[in-house]
Amino acid sequence: MKFAVVVFPGSNCDHDAYHAVKHVLGQDAEFIWHKDTSLQGADVVVLPGGFAHGDYLRTGAIARFSPVMQEVTKFASAGGPVLGICNGFQVLLEAGLLPGAMLRNRSVKFQCEHVSLRVEQTDTPFTVECHAGQVLRIPIAHGEGNYYAEPDVIDRLETNRQVVFRYVDAGGAATSEANPNGSAHNIAGLCSEARNVVGLMPHPERACELAIGSADGLVLFESVVKSVGRGAFATVR
Amino acid sequence: MRARVFVTLKPSVFDPQGTTVAEALHSLGFAAVKDVRQGKYFELDLDASSAEEARRLAAEAADKLLANPVIESYRIEVAPDAKEAGR
Repeated sequence: MKFAVVVFPGSNCDHDAYHAVKHVLGQDAEFIWHKDTSLQGADVVVLPGGFAHGDYLRTGAIARFSPVMQEVTKFASAGGPVLGICNGFQVLLEAGLLPGAMLRNRSVKFQCEHVSLRVEQTDTPFTVECHAGQVLRIPIAHGEGNYYAEPDVIDRLETNRQVVFRYVDAGGAATSEANPNGSAHNIAGLCSEARNVVGLMPHPERACELAIGSADGLVLFESVVKSVGRGAFATVR
Repeated sequence: MRARVFVTLKPSVFDPQGTTVAEALHSLGFAAVKDVRQGKYFELDLDASSAEEARRLAAEAADKLLANPVIESYRIEVAPDAKEAGR
């Protein structure tokens, strides 16, 4: 199984994602430069964290026009599993592959810490190996992760069960204190209506080995390997 | 032709940066400052033959890139050249 890790100028978690899928999970992985117009036959696409194009203008605003994004959009429309992590999530929002936008954190600080995430949905390619309500300890590192969408959009996301991850306290409750950035409804991650595109602000690729504090993020990558393996999300290349 | 594009957060969207600036102003004694909203300002130097064309181009640029319609709105001012645009 092959993972494409897209590299924008300013991506800085591309190697973390590559390491997690290639060396920890033992899957094939390839870096795809943002100017490339082919995903090299990948089964899964990862948009990694970082500061694509310096985050100039708005986070993800310029990256969405990188040539590779046309291929990512085609891949997503065909049902291919796409994971946007942190800045990758922001790119997905700007590209319209997921609804809403990011505002500066409520604290106006760059928040860098381990948080607790509750898995809300287990019928996405990146969460099939989780159980509903499972709490994962995964780090965040962002200045603009304060998720915003109009109230009717938020209602629709909740009705369609598109909120995949929520910030919670150690006991699994979605309190205001457990919300590190002010996101609406404690939203940490979303999926598309078709459920194959998933974006989240926390960094699962940085939590794949106990030696670095947590291996709770590995389940996202194990999930997509299982999903693709059983052809649950057949892709058109 | 020169177009000025002012991009601001929609009134319904919370502005953490503007709020922080307002708090800083209060601590400096600017008690009369009731609220601050922070935005972005762009000057586009355009190859356009009329004010209408300049406005249309600026609006297209704002719709496509300069503003995110989910959280922001924009206002455009067009002037024939830099001098008349207030330089």
